[in-house]
Amino acid sequence: MFEAVTRNITFLMGGFLVTLELTFFALLGGIFLGALVGLGRISRRPWIYYPVTIYVNFLRNIPLILVIFWFYFVMPIIAGRPLDPFLSAVISFIIFEATYFGEIFRAGYQSISKDLSAAAFSTGMTYGQTARYILVPIAFRRMLPSLITQSIVTFQDTSLAFVIGLQEFVRRTSIVDNLEVRSIQLFGFVAVVFFIFCFIGSRISRHFEEKGRRTGLL
Amino acid sequence: MIEIKNVSKWFGDFQVLTDVNETIQRGQTVVICGPSGSGKSTLLRCVNGLEPYQEGEIVVDGTSLSDPRTNLYKLRENIGMVFQRFELYPHMTALQNITLAPMKVRKWPRQKARQKAMELLERVGIPDKAATYPANLSGGQQQRVAIARSLAMEPRYMMFDEPTSALDPEMIKEVLDVMIDLAKEGMTMLCVTHEMGFAREVADEIIFMDFGKIVERGTYETFFKNPKSERAKEFLKQIL
Repeated sequence: MFEAVTRNITFLMGGFLVTLELTFFALLGGIFLGALVGLGRISRRPWIYYPVTIYVNFLRNIPLILVIFWFYFVMPIIAGRPLDPFLSAVISFIIFEATYFGEIFRAGYQSISKDLSAAAFSTGMTYGQTARYILVPIAFRRMLPSLITQSIVTFQDTSLAFVIGLQEFVRRTSIVDNLEVRSIQLFGFVAVVFFIFCFIGSRISRHFEEKGRRTGLL
Repeated sequence: MIEIKNVSKWFGDFQVLTDVNETIQRGQTVVICGPSGSGKSTLLRCVNGLEPYQEGEIVVDGTSLSDPRTNLYKLRENIGMVFQRFELYPHMTALQNITLAPMKVRKWPRQKARQKAMELLERVGIPDKAATYPANLSGGQQQRVAIARSLAMEPRYMMFDEPTSALDPEMIKEVLDVMIDLAKEGMTMLCVTHEMGFAREVADEIIFMDFGKIVERGTYETFFKNPKSERAKEFLKQIL
């Protein structure tokens, strides 16, 4: 009954591995950049606040698929040589997801009382030190459930990288489908795999939400 | 020495400080009291540069805060501050709260910072709470950790912004005892508080503020026993 899947399982799982790698790098870069973007969004310096805000609002209002497309076709013109699809996809995802992670971090920073940073400043810590040791870690812990939820969304979004020919999970499945013509079975399998991973992710998010409430950090 | 000369400050159109003058000599303890919204906390925040002021000048050990070249971060290393709501870092243990600034700002090695932190926890009476997170400490214990955190930087001045007003009555004494010891050991202190017992014990001078102005100043005897202004009399009637 699942012969189309089992016959091509190595090829399909190879694609899934690409999906996982893409997710990993997108999250690593996206969360790091997002933490900085969030700081920019609460900055009182206009020359930081406005550029960051324009960047966030611009990217949040265009579809991800356009960002991937645009980046893939425009970058070679700027760089002078074609970009590897995987690298191109990773960079597009980081730039795009950082705006969403940035807004989550912004909410996290704003939940921290002004006096807490004043306390850090009053011990002689600089803004950079206060951000690094106080603001970012607290916002990260408080917003962990939202960050995990957004990570799940990112994981699902990576399938859009098929538009630039990246052989990730969905792309490879459609290649197999072209040969086997077993669409329901093959894409059903993809859906099940995504569901399992995302479901586990959402349970983890729930766990941290309850833990945060217990320890009084939320 | 902290010199506050003719300082005025506005929040937009609203004037929060008007021509404030005060000099705090080394080793002195000055108590600031007055109704809420009278500018007491704002004055403290101006002294360590957390808030800017628009007129006048504040000079700490010869360094003017009005001078744009003054490094405020450097200045704050020498002025500890304790807040009404403790403001401990919730994601760090008591010990980590205390060692952070000495390690990052003073660049002390971990061992030295921990040793200093343990001495301070001993001094404020809770060495057994070193590994405890703030959420699991009582208010009085949190405030004592906060005092230890400030002292870890070995500041020349300590400022307290209503350190006991968020505490249950039975915890006030444990915090005041620490503050009284500190004053008696010669720390220069600027305290916003309405604790008369504290003022009687250690205050060299008491300042009464209302609507951003210093309305009256005196010692414990002259201010609490014989207030001159009507406003101070009325205020004292309410807190006694």
